[in-house]
Amino acid sequence: MDIPSLTIDTIRESLLARRWSATELATEALRFAEAENPKTNAYLHFCPERALAAARAVDERIARGEDPGALAGVPVAVKDVIVTRGVRTTCGSRLLANYVPPYDATAVERLEAAGGVIVGKTNCDEFAMGSSNENSAFGPVRNPVAPDRVPGGSSGGSAAAVAQGTAVVALGSDTGGSVRQPASFCGVVGVTPTYGRVSRYGLTAFASSLDHIGPLARTVKDSATLLRVIAGRDPCDSTSAPIAVPDYAAALDHNVKGLKLGLPREYLKDLTSESGDLIGRGVETLRGLGCEVREISLPSTDYAVACYYIIATAEASSNLARYDGVRYTFRSGHSETLADMYRNTRGEGFGAECKRRIMLGTYVLSAGYYDAYYLKAQKVRALIAGDFRKAFEQVDAIVAPVSPFPAFKLGEKVDDPLAMYLSDIYTITGDLAGIPCMSVPCGRTAGGLPVGMQILTRHFDETTMFRLADAYELTQN
Amino acid sequence: MKITEKEVRYVAGLANLNLSEDEVTRFQADLDEILQHIDKLNEIDTSAVEPMAQVLFEGEETGTLRADVPVPPLGNEAALANAPQSGAGYFKVPKVIER
Repeated sequence: MDIPSLTIDTIRESLLARRWSATELATEALRFAEAENPKTNAYLHFCPERALAAARAVDERIARGEDPGALAGVPVAVKDVIVTRGVRTTCGSRLLANYVPPYDATAVERLEAAGGVIVGKTNCDEFAMGSSNENSAFGPVRNPVAPDRVPGGSSGGSAAAVAQGTAVVALGSDTGGSVRQPASFCGVVGVTPTYGRVSRYGLTAFASSLDHIGPLARTVKDSATLLRVIAGRDPCDSTSAPIAVPDYAAALDHNVKGLKLGLPREYLKDLTSESGDLIGRGVETLRGLGCEVREISLPSTDYAVACYYIIATAEASSNLARYDGVRYTFRSGHSETLADMYRNTRGEGFGAECKRRIMLGTYVLSAGYYDAYYLKAQKVRALIAGDFRKAFEQVDAIVAPVSPFPAFKLGEKVDDPLAMYLSDIYTITGDLAGIPCMSVPCGRTAGGLPVGMQILTRHFDETTMFRLADAYELTQN
Repeated sequence: MKITEKEVRYVAGLANLNLSEDEVTRFQADLDEILQHIDKLNEIDTSAVEPMAQVLFEGEETGTLRADVPVPPLGNEAALANAPQSGAGYFKVPKVIER
């Protein structure tokens, strides 16, 4: 079996035809992933026992003649900010290097119930804070397409694993672009569903009003299948929506004629020319498929980075307060008093980017500044969401770049945090508005670097997003 | 300047974050640059805008509540399993009060 070319459908077909068993596939997939991992550092650790147990369960279901599930036997990688019972979950942080969660995230539970086989946990920026995967306490991830470059972040390990072929699909998390940007850098599909579509139960909290779990895959259809499995109301997350989840994969009809697409002019001015050309070609392809394309305006875009870095850091400073040396494994060794223990544990445990964001978040929430920063940002967030609402009165979907540039070199941007934040401009708006958005590969630069095209749709209309991405993908093969 | 080193130290205290002297210097410069960028928000008049605290879906007021059915809790042993120090069923921390 050729592991990197597998899809959910080909695995299912092979299992049902008894060409190989889920156990054989899991064994081979684990062997392949462990052998390939030194090239990228995509995985932080593997979980062979759990994988083989899940695979055996699939084989037993097939032997009994039962439906083995929508993800039967599919090797899945899970970002290490998503908790797995009994399997170490580090969040890319020294603080949680030995943390073994006592429960499973709902998304993990659901994907295993559907027959998915988790092979390992993937590297990421510490607590999902970063755009390059260079903020991991366990070393950066290398982009499988260009090993001297970053895979993007913060779900860099998940994107690299899928691109490398060591997982068929993966779970990532997206707060400001952390699924879509690495997907675009590594040349795979990355989906950020509507806020509330997928339960956040078991996703280590970074910024709760912005955090999403989302799928990464090599095909649009595989990402759609995975989303359907993990989506839907969960009593353990009160922000998860009690809204029916459609069969996205069944809706992929290769017919997008007549769909109205908006091209936001604010998203086209700061791109590298090569990325701009590829997006332009992508838009022309969609026009060729019968879509009506018109220019639109999302006038508050220029304020999105400022708005995001207030809200995200304020929420992070509060969410990360729990890492105080009492409950979560790591405690500084030399503290006489409780207060010293808190301060030393956090000072020694957190990396630079987490500290920077905790500081910014604490500052904007501190006495006297709340109105000027947090409240102001919440109002600007309403304007950004309003821009999208107005745009969707005219168009069915918005097409945009994912990142201003393709994957950059390791080390190139680590010393300039503001420049790194500014590069998130095209992805943070979707998170602020809470709308579904995804990155679909739209070609490569002359130097061979992948570029992703972003598709954004109305709240809970992932179906239109997937239909467009799938119809587009078909023209690329 | 938007933020001084003194303010950086004060905020680090609020956040219970021990910073080295180098970090204080570095974060003063970083935060200053970021806060200057954030000042951009003052360009827009938001006096008539309702703040957006959360992305909400349409639903009944009680739509987010789960059924009021007891479920088994995590359990003491599992809750303490990751504690750096525990004993007698509790988390242990350095002494807080003098005897």
